[in-house]
Amino acid sequence: MAETLFHKVWNRHAVRTLSSGQTQLFVGLHLVHEVTSPQAFDMLRQLGWRVAYPNRTFATVDHIVPTLARRRPFLDLMAEEMTTALERNCQEFGIQLWAPESREQGIVHIIGPELGLTQPGMTIACGDSHTSTHGAFGAIAFGIGTSQVRDVLASQCLALDPLKVRRIDVNGRLSEGVYAKDVILTIIRQLGVHGGVGYAYEYGGGAIDRMTVEERMTICNMSIEGGARAGYVNPDETTFAFLRGRPFAPSGESFERAVTWWRSMASDRNAPYDDRVAIDAGSIEPTVTWGINPGQSVGISERIPADGDEEALAFMGFAANAHVRGTRIDVAFIGSCTNGRLSDLEEAARVARGHHVAPHVKALVVPGSQGISRAAEARGLHQVFIDAGFEWRGAGCSMCLAMNTDRLEGREICASSSNRNFKGRQGSPTGRTLLMSPAMVAAAAIAGEVVDVRTMLEGVPA
Amino acid sequence: MSGTNRQIGIAPPAGPILTVSGRGLPLHGGDIDTDRIMPARFLRSVSFEGLERHLFEDDRIADGRHPFNDERYHGATILIVNTNFGCGSSREHAPQGLARSGIRAIVGESFSEIFQGNAAVLGIPCLAADHQWIDRLQTLVEQTPNVAIDVHVQSGIVTAGPLRFVAAIPPALRDAFVSGQWNPTAMLLDRFDEVRTVADRLPYLNQF
Repeated sequence: MAETLFHKVWNRHAVRTLSSGQTQLFVGLHLVHEVTSPQAFDMLRQLGWRVAYPNRTFATVDHIVPTLARRRPFLDLMAEEMTTALERNCQEFGIQLWAPESREQGIVHIIGPELGLTQPGMTIACGDSHTSTHGAFGAIAFGIGTSQVRDVLASQCLALDPLKVRRIDVNGRLSEGVYAKDVILTIIRQLGVHGGVGYAYEYGGGAIDRMTVEERMTICNMSIEGGARAGYVNPDETTFAFLRGRPFAPSGESFERAVTWWRSMASDRNAPYDDRVAIDAGSIEPTVTWGINPGQSVGISERIPADGDEEALAFMGFAANAHVRGTRIDVAFIGSCTNGRLSDLEEAARVARGHHVAPHVKALVVPGSQGISRAAEARGLHQVFIDAGFEWRGAGCSMCLAMNTDRLEGREICASSSNRNFKGRQGSPTGRTLLMSPAMVAAAAIAGEVVDVRTMLEGVPA
Repeated sequence: MSGTNRQIGIAPPAGPILTVSGRGLPLHGGDIDTDRIMPARFLRSVSFEGLERHLFEDDRIADGRHPFNDERYHGATILIVNTNFGCGSSREHAPQGLARSGIRAIVGESFSEIFQGNAAVLGIPCLAADHQWIDRLQTLVEQTPNVAIDVHVQSGIVTAGPLRFVAAIPPALRDAFVSGQWNPTAMLLDRFDEVRTVADRLPYLNQF
């Protein structure tokens, strides 16, 4: 019988049906960071339990880690305490940790793929809702809470209900200046921020097929913003080529055997779906949010809807029927697990090269990992940004959620390549966030206001 | 900001959760995300202790009349919300804060799945009903904050004064509460040989 990848992966990892009716699901890869794990380790200690599969859990620090002044001990005492707690926990329970000093440290959803830990056909869990990112490889990846982190540590399992699967075809071609970020913002706008509740999203169609794995990660990353706990793309040659040679990917003959298995886990051609949606890639414009959830967005040439949510408009200081284009910004943030990868920095640098950030704008580039940082520096991208007046920072989550000192002040308005424009998200209760692609953020930083990046890309070499 | 004066709750006892009874706390608004329930700066801690003091902190400062500031609702155990409550971040700090402030059940129009799962592990059932029922329940509690609400987990029946309606909870979660297995850790560790059997058959754990 034809099946989706979701069902194949689910069935391969189902241990049994619990008496509650939930499925006990084996977790193939567990990723841990400093913010949602300390209480889980404490619970284990209190119960006197061990970690069941310590070699299937990997840890790093990303959420609270400073992006400036990274010498230990950190000046931020709480960052130091949380980092030290993770170091102690990983040592005690035998878990591999990439500490701030390590060359591999970075945002957990960026280093998993970078190191080849993330592979097709896996179940993956992490105490972070953007775990859906790993679905870009054809894995089923769930964000979980801290009690579930404890469960995975103790048993390598979760108690879950299966999801329905919605196939989302993005057909046709994206035009110049339109990116994966614009695609996922458009999908969320069309299906709603809770349209995906109860579903895993399977992304496909010509535009997704042509995307790099990095672009697919941007799409899958924001599945949760549409209410879908998991999102994935079927593995293909692009996926396999990305994985070849990565430190934790299989090598030699086992790589070839792996490809055979990975291919077999993809959705069958005539697999049944619970729902199907099609989107025309050619109709998507550079997209920006105007409100306080990621579904409240418009194409850059469009106006805010006449019936736009009043609470959102009041908070943001926008009027219905107005354009977001032309909005003066105070801060520009390029980074996050959504858009902090090398290709994101390349596209932003393409826009920034030879220009300068507007005098009133504070602009930050925060690479998603130290690996990306090194790769960008090898290409001279850091110098492009520095010459243009951007700050070039160390790797971490930074101003996406403002757990460290990178944050908005007062009612500042930020053009951001991150994933959430919730009230208070970027550290100031009254701070405002406009989500957009990294290239659009770079364009806004230079212009000092929200602009259509396509006007700045004319004649610029790829 | 000093904390609310809400009484700090104790964890529900392990065992079946069949009914939750108490007073209500109506909280209006769709898509209330976990950053609003528990702003990220309060995640700067290695424990969950004291989180109840920071529930909706930014919203409470911005709006003195926020329901979590309203003395009429002190001691409430049943939170009444609208659509997509708890969306966004998977931080358990959000339901931890609610649990520690004494919330024992949430009745609303709909919930984010991660939030609903995180709340369940803390013994807090989240039940969903149509807008018209939620709206009437919120209005009733606003008019008579002392009205006694009963949430019957197995049947989903919610009663409050003259109101009586059926709210839904995913069957497996419902059965987990009714059977007392809403905290699944022990179940997951039971019959661990079956876990090993699955692991031993996974190609990626066995050199393909």
